[in-house]
Amino acid sequence: MDLHAVTQAAAEMPHVTGYMYPNEAELHWSILIVIYPYLTGLVAGAFILASLERVFNVRVLQPVYRLSLLTALSFLLIAPLPLLAHLGKPERSYEMFLTPHSESAMAMFGFVYAWYLMVVLLLEIWFDYRRNFIEWSKTKKAALTRLMYKVLSLGTTDVSEKALKFDDKVGRIITIIGIPSAFLLHGYVGFIFGSVKANPWWSSVLMPIVFLFSAIVSGIAMVLLIYMVTSMFRVKEISMPCLNRLAELLFYALIVDFSLELLDFIQRLYESEESIHILSDMISSRLFISLIVTQIMLGTLLPIFSIAMARFGRFPDEMKRVTYLFAALLVQLGIFSTRWNVVIGGQLFSKSLRGLTTYKLDVFGLEGILVSGVLLITPFIILAVLSRILPPWMESGHRAST
Amino acid sequence: MSPKQPSMERRDFLDSMARRLPVWMFFLSAFSPENLLAQSDSATEPPPGYDPTKHNYAMGVDIHKCIGCGRCADACKNENHVPREPFFYRTWVERYICPPEGDAIVDSPNGGIDGFPEYKGDKEVLRTYFVPKLCNHCENAPCVQVCPVGATFVSRDGVVLVDESYCVGCRYCIQACPYGARYLHPETKTADKCTFCYHRITKGLLPACVEVCPTQTRVFGEAGHRSSPIWRFMRFGNVTVLKAYLNTKPKVYYSGADMEVR
Repeated sequence: MDLHAVTQAAAEMPHVTGYMYPNEAELHWSILIVIYPYLTGLVAGAFILASLERVFNVRVLQPVYRLSLLTALSFLLIAPLPLLAHLGKPERSYEMFLTPHSESAMAMFGFVYAWYLMVVLLLEIWFDYRRNFIEWSKTKKAALTRLMYKVLSLGTTDVSEKALKFDDKVGRIITIIGIPSAFLLHGYVGFIFGSVKANPWWSSVLMPIVFLFSAIVSGIAMVLLIYMVTSMFRVKEISMPCLNRLAELLFYALIVDFSLELLDFIQRLYESEESIHILSDMISSRLFISLIVTQIMLGTLLPIFSIAMARFGRFPDEMKRVTYLFAALLVQLGIFSTRWNVVIGGQLFSKSLRGLTTYKLDVFGLEGILVSGVLLITPFIILAVLSRILPPWMESGHRAST
Repeated sequence: MSPKQPSMERRDFLDSMARRLPVWMFFLSAFSPENLLAQSDSATEPPPGYDPTKHNYAMGVDIHKCIGCGRCADACKNENHVPREPFFYRTWVERYICPPEGDAIVDSPNGGIDGFPEYKGDKEVLRTYFVPKLCNHCENAPCVQVCPVGATFVSRDGVVLVDESYCVGCRYCIQACPYGARYLHPETKTADKCTFCYHRITKGLLPACVEVCPTQTRVFGEAGHRSSPIWRFMRFGNVTVLKAYLNTKPKVYYSGADMEVR
């Protein structure tokens, strides 16, 4: 390669200011790896919300109990896809199950995922719907539908009070196991980043905890959004006590999440390690919009203030609903920005601490905007299908409504 | 009385199956399409009779001697079929331009392969020096720790290697390397890095970069042999390692590295 060709190739490379190690100029983890913690966060958050109703008997949240579980399942089914699509050799991914490297944080993903999907979510959903499966397998009109529910009931027919009590008890036990599992699932995703000592932006003991609380924030906001939008389309009245409680929980979770992030920020600033200069440069230039504007101002502070006003002020219900919807949408933007700032931000500066690069998001291709959009929309399609098969609506025969 | 048939209880059956599980997993992985198709990797396969337990390799870099000719980075690309396009490097040379005051200005155009253009910035140049960089072959390698399938490992002779027939291309190792020494090979889609020219050193030859260096900036050999030049370099060279605070225990030693080298 002659000098001219090299110069030309260099000109096509990302815009670098200062010095990057040559292998660092291009980012290795793209938007797909931004989507992955975003999706798992929604799973963990939605599940923790469901468990509030189940284990801590927050009865007012009953209208969204099943909806939260189905939301968690829909997002969980898609969560590994961005990871898989991002592998250089996706056909070898099964090696992580067959010969996992026990010291690797990433190797545990498959096991944590399988545990969460198989043992926690599917079991809990099955025990919760078992009685309905049996009922629907007898009462539905189409023979094929009846057969489907018969299969889903796994051949069980006992709907005696004793059996139903057993279902309820097992459901509770699974939820109790599920809470630490949800913490594990997302705390672990935080650990994948927090344990990289080579990267000062990631390496933080708070990372798993910050991930966890931001997961709870995103999960509550997502269930709130889905509950409001589905109620609108189903022309059903929204339960205001439920919505108010969701907004309250979102408010508290936002405060904890923001405090933790602030603590992390203050700690970094106060310790003022070698990396502080390049990280400050990055925040004030490359990450200004996504961190200061969308994550902190639009995605955290504005929702905190608007929920506080709507929930604790004297707003009419209609106004409260609009404010909650607006706040929950902003929270989604904020949490997506959080994931972006962690994953992309962690690669924008050189480990030589001497320069910054840029990330150019493609439109087409496996790691482009289109594929990312499909990955983000698919869970909603799955949820729409699931809610047809397993109606999560309170009036359709929830265990507590009888 | 009929003779009693030996019968297998269900528990016994499950128990025996469970005990055989590791064997199944072994066979499953042994007969995976990749393994059946996998060729012996000539790049890292040592010759017959080579005993890795008898070696412990290390490299020294004497910064005072480097003239920034970039022959090492060029030889490395030729020897190891490293893609020619920027930016894929197993080794590269950095130039440090020190003004009378303030931070050094660092660059490495095309890894130093084509030499370094004259500095045209507005700062006065007090002095310049060159620093060759490569994988530090850490004893406590973060890249090895994070690999989810164990495709990258520290060999018994102390070299960090990647099994390209096993790597899944997740790039976690690239993120975990503090030295920016790894890249994803655009053709194999697997992680790639310096091997100390493992195919050469196991035959008693020097790594290509050491072989071509006109000023003997790079010193290579057995860390445990007193007769080896690297042993002397490590003991008398006033050496340091890069980012020692990360406890990676590098096996590439630098002599004459200023504090701004990282």
